[in-house]
Amino acid sequence: MGWTSKILRVNLTEGTAKSEPLNMDWAAKYLGQRGLASRYLVEEIDPRCDPLGPGNKLIFATGPLTGTAASTGGRYSVITKGALTNAIACSNSGGYWGAELKFAGWDMIILEGRSPKPVYLAVIDDKAELHDASGIWGTSVWQTDEWIKKRHQDPMMHVSAIGVAGENQVLYSCIVNDLHRAAGRSGVGAVMGSKNLKAIAVRGTGGVRVRDFKAFMAAANAGKKVLRDNAVTGQGLPTHGTQVLMNVINEVGALPTRNSRDVQFEGAHDISAEAMATPRKTDGRKNLLTNQACFGCTIACGRISKIDESHYTVRNKPEYWHASGGLEYEAAWALGAATGVNDLEALTYTNFICNEQGLDPISFGATVGAAMELYELGLLSKETTGGLEMKFGSAEALTRAAELVGKAEGFGKELGLGSARLTAKHGKPELAMTVKGQEFPAYDPRGIQGMGLTYATSNRGACHLRSYTVSSEILGIPHKTDPLVTDGKAGLVKAFQDATAAVDSTGLCVFTTFAWTLNDIAPQVDAAVEGGWTPEKMLEAGERIWNLERQFNMRAGFTAADDRLPDRLVKEAARTGPAKGLVNGLDKMLPEYYELRGWTKDGVPTNETVARLAL
Amino acid sequence: MLKALVIDPGKCTGCKQCEMACSYENEGVFNPAKSRIRVFDFHHEARFVPYTCTQCAEAWCQQACPVNAITTDAMGVKVVHENLCVGCKVCTIACPFGTINYNASTGKVIKCDLCQGNPACADACPTAAITYQDVEQTGYDKMKLWAARTGTGESAGPNAPAARH
Amino acid sequence: MHHVILGAGPAGVTAAETLRGLDPDARITLVSGEPEPPYSRMAIPYLLEGGIGESGTYLRQQPGHYDRLGIEVMHARAGGLDAASKRLFLNGDALPYDKLLISTGASPVTPPIEGANLPRVHTCWTLADARRIMELADRSAPVVLVGAGFIGSIVLEALYERGCDLTVVEIAPRMVARMMDDVAGGMLKRWCEAKGLRVLTNTRVERIAKSANGSGEELRVSLSDGGTIPAQLVVMAAGVRPNVGFLVGSGVVVEAGIRVDDHLRTTAPDVYAAGDCAQAVDLSTGMHDVLAIQPTAVEHGRIAALNMGGRRTRHRGSLNMNVLDTMGLISSSFGLWQGVQGGASAKIVDEGGWRYLRLEIDGDRLVGAQAVGLTEHVGMLRGLIQTGLRLGAWRDKLLSAPERAAEAYVALAQGMTGHGWTGPRTKTPV
Repeated sequence: MGWTSKILRVNLTEGTAKSEPLNMDWAAKYLGQRGLASRYLVEEIDPRCDPLGPGNKLIFATGPLTGTAASTGGRYSVITKGALTNAIACSNSGGYWGAELKFAGWDMIILEGRSPKPVYLAVIDDKAELHDASGIWGTSVWQTDEWIKKRHQDPMMHVSAIGVAGENQVLYSCIVNDLHRAAGRSGVGAVMGSKNLKAIAVRGTGGVRVRDFKAFMAAANAGKKVLRDNAVTGQGLPTHGTQVLMNVINEVGALPTRNSRDVQFEGAHDISAEAMATPRKTDGRKNLLTNQACFGCTIACGRISKIDESHYTVRNKPEYWHASGGLEYEAAWALGAATGVNDLEALTYTNFICNEQGLDPISFGATVGAAMELYELGLLSKETTGGLEMKFGSAEALTRAAELVGKAEGFGKELGLGSARLTAKHGKPELAMTVKGQEFPAYDPRGIQGMGLTYATSNRGACHLRSYTVSSEILGIPHKTDPLVTDGKAGLVKAFQDATAAVDSTGLCVFTTFAWTLNDIAPQVDAAVEGGWTPEKMLEAGERIWNLERQFNMRAGFTAADDRLPDRLVKEAARTGPAKGLVNGLDKMLPEYYELRGWTKDGVPTNETVARLAL
Repeated sequence: MLKALVIDPGKCTGCKQCEMACSYENEGVFNPAKSRIRVFDFHHEARFVPYTCTQCAEAWCQQACPVNAITTDAMGVKVVHENLCVGCKVCTIACPFGTINYNASTGKVIKCDLCQGNPACADACPTAAITYQDVEQTGYDKMKLWAARTGTGESAGPNAPAARH
Repeated sequence: MHHVILGAGPAGVTAAETLRGLDPDARITLVSGEPEPPYSRMAIPYLLEGGIGESGTYLRQQPGHYDRLGIEVMHARAGGLDAASKRLFLNGDALPYDKLLISTGASPVTPPIEGANLPRVHTCWTLADARRIMELADRSAPVVLVGAGFIGSIVLEALYERGCDLTVVEIAPRMVARMMDDVAGGMLKRWCEAKGLRVLTNTRVERIAKSANGSGEELRVSLSDGGTIPAQLVVMAAGVRPNVGFLVGSGVVVEAGIRVDDHLRTTAPDVYAAGDCAQAVDLSTGMHDVLAIQPTAVEHGRIAALNMGGRRTRHRGSLNMNVLDTMGLISSSFGLWQGVQGGASAKIVDEGGWRYLRLEIDGDRLVGAQAVGLTEHVGMLRGLIQTGLRLGAWRDKLLSAPERAAEAYVALAQGMTGHGWTGPRTKTPV
């Protein structure tokens, strides 16, 4: 009911795949997906293990609402120890793959060990087999998708794969399903590559049941109505996608620009949703062709774009003339504002390359931005970059870098380290816009103060999706707070973190929370599974999950010293915009946050907290 | 007044809520593999096409059925009678639209029956890509045109039911 | 106007109903050669499996169907035809007609094997055959099935489902030799063997004899490979031939089947033919041939009746196609599945996954297809062949990725050229 109650455990070293029952005691406490898989990971691996060693495990996990008729009920997450961060990683993806896994009859797949040779896993209903992947090793995500569907003669299979970036263990490589949906962050692709696992192909023809269909349909339909009637989920996201934010965030002075030297980008409009929907001067066509939904999603924020065929990036490459996943806000920011590049077609091309090679565009773009700053400081030169002029604003540098990094050759290999390792290597670690090794995304904490605390305390390294206080601070959801002050942000961040951890454990998309609260979500979860899921119980589970992740990281060697922001954000004031003159006030928020969390001054969960949450 | 499903692929986002609604309505579970409607994803052309039975007048499936397990109801809908279907699958190769499929778990064939006049897919579609409309609407004519392309005889399909007037 | 329809299979019944639809006042006589209400031979395997009772095989299920339509159903066999005087001879009596449809179907061939006429050696063609087979084919009874063509393979499934200890003997090098190629035939054979059946291809039955020992009831089947197998029952499925014997001297020309023109008229005036006995146009080749399959019988019946009723309708041809379920492994073939000279072919085989797909393309049209393990949207293969849709850019795509045939059909039916990902300047909707 909601859960299939079955786990597929694959030992890559031995080449075996076995079914085992889901631990229902844990499911009652950790719900599913992010929470439940984290519980398994905490149980099963040494937190100090090498993330790229056979001791690490890789978990693909769905939630109880994955594969149901709930709007956005198609998500899955990849949980592992992150290659980029050495912290617990949980990367969430949409598309159709997660629901398909559920239809095949599995809640999650736990992958252990390391295959002696490249393999892919084919899961066709209750049959799971490892197959030789030597024919696709070295090929792109897109080629792999095509090859596997042909191999199994089934275009209705869904494939989650790594590209060459994952094979080469680029530290911010991701796992891409359905061609352009990705479990993007923290280097989960590198972990998959380290296991010699190229792809997981799934086809499911069984059904997903829920506890009480009638109540479930009522709750799901009520939820869909809320999404439809909400301005953000009903109009803004379907029309403009997340790119609706580009001009908004730029105007509030929170668009990290040129490796966060600036908080506003003069080229923001050129790479915005509006630009994507305006006919190009060159060919009179729009970059954006249509929007696309992930499985079950009634919002449909996904972008499908087509690159100008006369653009320098693809002029002689007709293989890129088709439509594919276009720019989402975070990608447009990282590839554009963070590097100072305002060429929309170059950004779209780079985004295609990221999908094709399996790269996280956030970390990639931010790393290019950091490299550009190193280059401008003379710490990198044309000799060290293999001839690339890594200047801010150079589309050529961006697109060439994208082509190089997946292959992990020459300068591409350096870029593949991510900004923390790259800047440290060149003696300027302070130029890395990272927390716990992970590049932060498209919101400058000087202009949106809560995001500073969000980044600093995020268990998977800097991330906007762990507590999206932008909702409150900029959009006024659920209530408006002042983005330029630190007051009240500790509580706001905690509330968002706990609620988001719960949502990430359901199988739903966090974007629903522009319109939904746990009051909308809990009835859907409750009708789907046993356990009496109220909003309060969900929030408690969210807090439990947050603390579980925190404990993992502490055992992995992280301390309060890692809950920090790059100096630039707390020392160099914003130069323009509403936040002009401000730095992020992390030190004002962090102690209060620890206290609210029930942690010691050193950021360690107290015994009372551990007991209260039954950890 | 006869009504039909009118499908506008230009509005489809590929969310598959129609497949979920269909499988729930007909199978009591969420299972797109058993849906009578299927969304084709033309990724490279940025197009999603929901696709199901047009209840064509030629009724290839009905004509091919050796045991009279498919009949036309008062609304013109071609309905499979599970109690009569022997699972021979001849209809699945006879239907040139490919919209009647074999369901191995029941040993019978399944096809769209418009949910007895209240199609769940149209209800579930969030973008009105699938609507249930009077057949006089132009969309239905387009579908009929499409259906007519497969005729074996001259003009309308010679396989059309005898009682058709 | 008196329409006489000789033969109450799918062609005959469809014709009778069509005629009634055209003319509420005509007299319509439907002559059945068997005592039961009109039934479907195709359903007999499901009767043997126990999934349905005899009434489940009936072509029309509503009680009083023929009475309601004013169709007189007679049970008699034809002895001859005098086309000049428009009289059909039934059991010696003359039945005058204004228009006659011959839809007598076909009968199984008994191969010239010694002992083929012994008790416990049966064809599996009629309900009467089915009743006897059900008596003899007990659970775990040793049964020999002679012939693994299409019909043999359907019977095979039924005997397997009854739990018989089954040996299949096929003279050809592979199963379903006239429906699918050696890759598919080989896959089916391996599947059968994996299910515990013995399948002997390239093997002939030399002789069937009463067993010397035991009850005296049992049979021993001697094979061309020198082996001998015991059997409680031998089922013959060695092919069929049209039922046209009564036409000798009638003036109706018979070749492989009854020769008909493109309006399904025979060489005799006001005499039409339809179904398994008719040699009508094959859509794929444009040649006249016997296509003894259910959908063709129905098409013929319908078109012949339209012409008999005065609505001139040309028969453009029927598409050869078959679908088979071999103990859960589903296979199908369409049109010129063997390919054509100068055509292009795409094949993908997944032996471990029990899947096979082969497409045959002539110019830029699909002309033939075979599939093993495919059940989703399989009819679209017919759609592509039957409509002769120009594949355009999909031609090359299908040659490299034949598994995308359903997508190609939907795209082409939607007017999408398929140039979107390879060709320049595609028109893309926004």
